[in-house]
Amino acid sequence: MENIIQFENVSKSFGDLQVLNKLNLEVKDGEKLALIGPSGSGKTTILRILMTLETIDDGFVSVNGEYLWHEKNDGKIIPASENHLHKMRDHIGMVFQQFNLFPHLTAIENVQQPQTLIKKKTDAEAKEKAEELFHLVGLGDKKDQYPHQLSGGQQQRVAIARALAMDPKIMLFDEVTSALDPELVDEVLTVLRKLASDSDTTMLTVTHEMNFAREFADRVLFFDSGQIVESGKPESIFSNPTKKRTKEFLKKFINNVN
Amino acid sequence: MNEVIEFYPILIKGTITTIQLTVLGAILALIVSFIVGLARISSFAAIRVIAIVYLEFFRGSSALVQMFFIYFVLPMWGIYFDALTAGVVACGLNVGAYGSEVVRGAVLAVGKEQHEASKALNYSIYKKYRYVIIPQAIPIMIPTFGNLLIELLKLTAVASLITISDLTFMAQIIRVQTALTLEPFLLILIIYFIIATILVQIVDLIAKKFSKGRNIMTAGDK
Ligand SMILES: Nc1ncnc2c1ncn2[C@@H]1O[C@H](COP(=O)(O)OP(=O)(O)OP(=O)(O)O)[C@@H](O)[C@H]1O
Ligand SMILES: [Mg+2]
Repeated sequence: MENIIQFENVSKSFGDLQVLNKLNLEVKDGEKLALIGPSGSGKTTILRILMTLETIDDGFVSVNGEYLWHEKNDGKIIPASENHLHKMRDHIGMVFQQFNLFPHLTAIENVQQPQTLIKKKTDAEAKEKAEELFHLVGLGDKKDQYPHQLSGGQQQRVAIARALAMDPKIMLFDEVTSALDPELVDEVLTVLRKLASDSDTTMLTVTHEMNFAREFADRVLFFDSGQIVESGKPESIFSNPTKKRTKEFLKKFINNVN
Repeated sequence: MNEVIEFYPILIKGTITTIQLTVLGAILALIVSFIVGLARISSFAAIRVIAIVYLEFFRGSSALVQMFFIYFVLPMWGIYFDALTAGVVACGLNVGAYGSEVVRGAVLAVGKEQHEASKALNYSIYKKYRYVIIPQAIPIMIPTFGNLLIELLKLTAVASLITISDLTFMAQIIRVQTALTLEPFLLILIIYFIIATILVQIVDLIAKKFSKGRNIMTAGDK
């Protein structure tokens, strides 16, 4: 399988704080990847770079065989133009921790509007797709509510439907259950599990839900200080971590939970 | 008072002129508010500078002098306005300067996460503002726009000084003709107040319409 995402020596700083230092990362087409690691280790930054919400300082990121932050012009490699970024964003969708729904639109309008505006679908096509997706995320009866009339778990499922409606090749999930009350976490994770098993979309998820990561992921990356410390199948990372830092993190994590 | 009431035809004419000035001035002010307010947040420095110069000029000089300028000075350069147009232009440009601050503030009050969500869905800058940011900013603007509308109504009174026969102008006429001072001015004070009250009601209705089923007002007010 081909790599759909590739980071080559990517560095990123915020002021004096170097978050990524020559990061190398490869993700295969269709892979389900879980990113775990301590707070501040740069997990969100990786997703935000892919979504073009954050620029890079150095190195190359490729998506679907093309540079994301660069483009070729007369054989020279130059920084990406807005046009190029617009083309590349078409491959990628993101679900945020705080849902970020459009509050002035109903749930179903949130899912329809981007399809008609960006994907140039007719109203009827967008509506049909939206209804299909509402069924998938189990919200058929909530589609005409405004976001503030929905629970956090319901809002997050609308946000997932909205991202899916754009048919991205790559879906990014950044701690999509962290803002939810504990009793609402499962309804969202259930949707993600279903997506992971039913679709060939490449998925990157940042999560602190270790049980979920174990079921969801083909591969788990343990991240610390902007570096991949350890990467492997969920069974091996969770049951037999080889690196000291991974062991410490998982131990602390389990202690925190209990 | 009866003598004053006899002048009701010109009072009605004056009321209509005042309302005309207010409504036309408000339309111009609204257009100017959006153009200048959005120019203030443009990514082009030159456009931002022009908008700031506009704002500071109209905010920093007297509306009355601006009106005199448009009505008496511009004709010297071959630009003629009839009195009503000059009044509307002066009021609209002046209140539009203040309105641009309202537009800018409301647009900036829409959270960063809305910009990021739009980007993640691949909205262009234009579509982002047109379909996501401005629709959320409008309910935030409406209450302050309501206050500015009342300011505009009060500002139209100075238009009587460039011969526009608005309410204030008519009150002067009645004063001259009847030699009464208290009555005509008391009467137009009440008429201004009634117009203002009606305008407030209309703005409230618009505010309700825009916030129906949405929870943006509270988000923007905090
Ligand atoms: N826009 C920014 N400006 C300044 N510093 C930032 C910015 N964004 C992130 N950082 C810093 O960069 C570091 C990495 O942030 P990032 O959000 O990627 O971490 P994370 O692994 O997602 O952490 P968490 O688990 O807490 O979400 C943190 O120290 C954070 O404070
Ligand atoms: Mg994070």
